[in-house]
Amino acid sequence: MGPLIPNGVIGGGWDFVIAILLGVAFGFILEASGFSSSRNLAGVFYGYNFVVLRVFFTALIVAMVGLLYFDYVGWISLSQIFILPTFLGPMIVGGVIMGVGFVLGGFCPGTSFTGIAIGKLDAVFFAIGLYVGIFGFSLAFPLFENFFTSGNLGNVTLTDLTGIPAPVFAVIFTVVALAAFWGTMFIEKRVRKNMKQYKF
Amino acid sequence: MSSEQTNIKEPKYINPYLGGVLLGLLVLATVFITGRGLGASGAVKSAVVTTSNTIAPKATEANAYMCQFLSDGHSPMNTWLVFESLGLLLGGILSGIVFGRMKKFRIDKGPQISNKKRLILALIGGALFGLGSQFGRGCTSGAALSGTATFALGGVIVMFSIFGTGYLVAYFFRKFWI
Repeated sequence: MGPLIPNGVIGGGWDFVIAILLGVAFGFILEASGFSSSRNLAGVFYGYNFVVLRVFFTALIVAMVGLLYFDYVGWISLSQIFILPTFLGPMIVGGVIMGVGFVLGGFCPGTSFTGIAIGKLDAVFFAIGLYVGIFGFSLAFPLFENFFTSGNLGNVTLTDLTGIPAPVFAVIFTVVALAAFWGTMFIEKRVRKNMKQYKF
Repeated sequence: MSSEQTNIKEPKYINPYLGGVLLGLLVLATVFITGRGLGASGAVKSAVVTTSNTIAPKATEANAYMCQFLSDGHSPMNTWLVFESLGLLLGGILSGIVFGRMKKFRIDKGPQISNKKRLILALIGGALFGLGSQFGRGCTSGAALSGTATFALGGVIVMFSIFGTGYLVAYFFRKFWI
C-alpha cells in the first residue's frame, strides 16, 4: 500500500498540497516545543536545556518503531522508501562543519525558519548565513568536486552494513535514549541551579 | 548584577516528550505518504539555484553542482521541499499565534555577548551549516532525523558527527551562551 504517492494511491497532483500540510505540522511541532529559540537549542551543548535531545530522540524512536510496525503489518515496504545514500568522508566532514555551525549559530535550518516565524532576528541572520553558505559551496564546487563524490557506499542501511536486523537497532536506540532522558534530567537540574541568567 | 538568579519564567512550551512523539509520528506519516522524510536545507538550496539562474543562467548551467537542480519544465523553486518549508514557516507562525509568542523582532543570546556579536555569529553559524549540509546530503531534519529514522547509515553518521562535534567545540564557545 504505502508509500502512498509513489504507489499512486494518492495522485501526484496532491504532492505540493501535502508538502505544505506536512510542513505546517512540522513547523508547529518545532515551535511549540521551544525550538524557535536559539537559547533553548544551544542548551543541549551546555547542559542547561536538553529539550533538543528529548524531542529529537523521542521522535527518532517513535518513527523507527512505527516504520518497523508499518512494515510488519504490510502497510509499507521498507524496500520502497528512500534511503539516504552514504558518502562516508563528505558526510563526516559535513557533520563536523554543521556541528560548529550549530554551536556558533544556535540554530539548524528547520528551527531557524520557526525562529523567523515568531520574530527572532538571530534566526533571520542564521537563514541568510545558510543562503550564503550554500551559494559559496555551489560557486566553489569545482575545487572539491572529487571529495564531494568520494566514499560513496550507495543507499545502505545499518542492516546492510552489519547484517544485524533493523529491530535490534530500534531497541538499542530506544535503550540509549531512555538512559539519556534519565541522566540528563539530573544534569539539567544541577546546571540550571548554578546559572545566573536564563532568559527564554 | 548580583548573584541573584534572573531566570525568566519558561514560556508555554508543550511537553518535550509529547513534541517528540508528534514529530516521530509526523516523520512516519511523511515516509508513509511520500516515501521519503522531512527536510529543510533543500529549500534554501533551491532558492540559491533560482537566484543564480535568474541573474546568470549560463553560469548556472555551467556550474557542475547547480546544473543538477535545473530542469527545462519548471522553476527550481517548484520542488517538494520548497513547499514543505513554506509550510514549516506557516506552522511556526500558527504555533506562535496559538501560544502568544508572535512578537516584534527580538534577539536570543547568552548574557555575556552583545546583540551585534550574536547576529554576526548567527550569520557565520548559518553559513557553516549551509556549507556542511551540502557535504552531508542534508541537515538535522533530512539527514540526521529522517535518515536515521529510516535506518540509513548516512543519517547516523551525520547525526553523530553534528552532535559529537557540537559537544567537542562547545567549551570554546561557552562565552556566547552561558
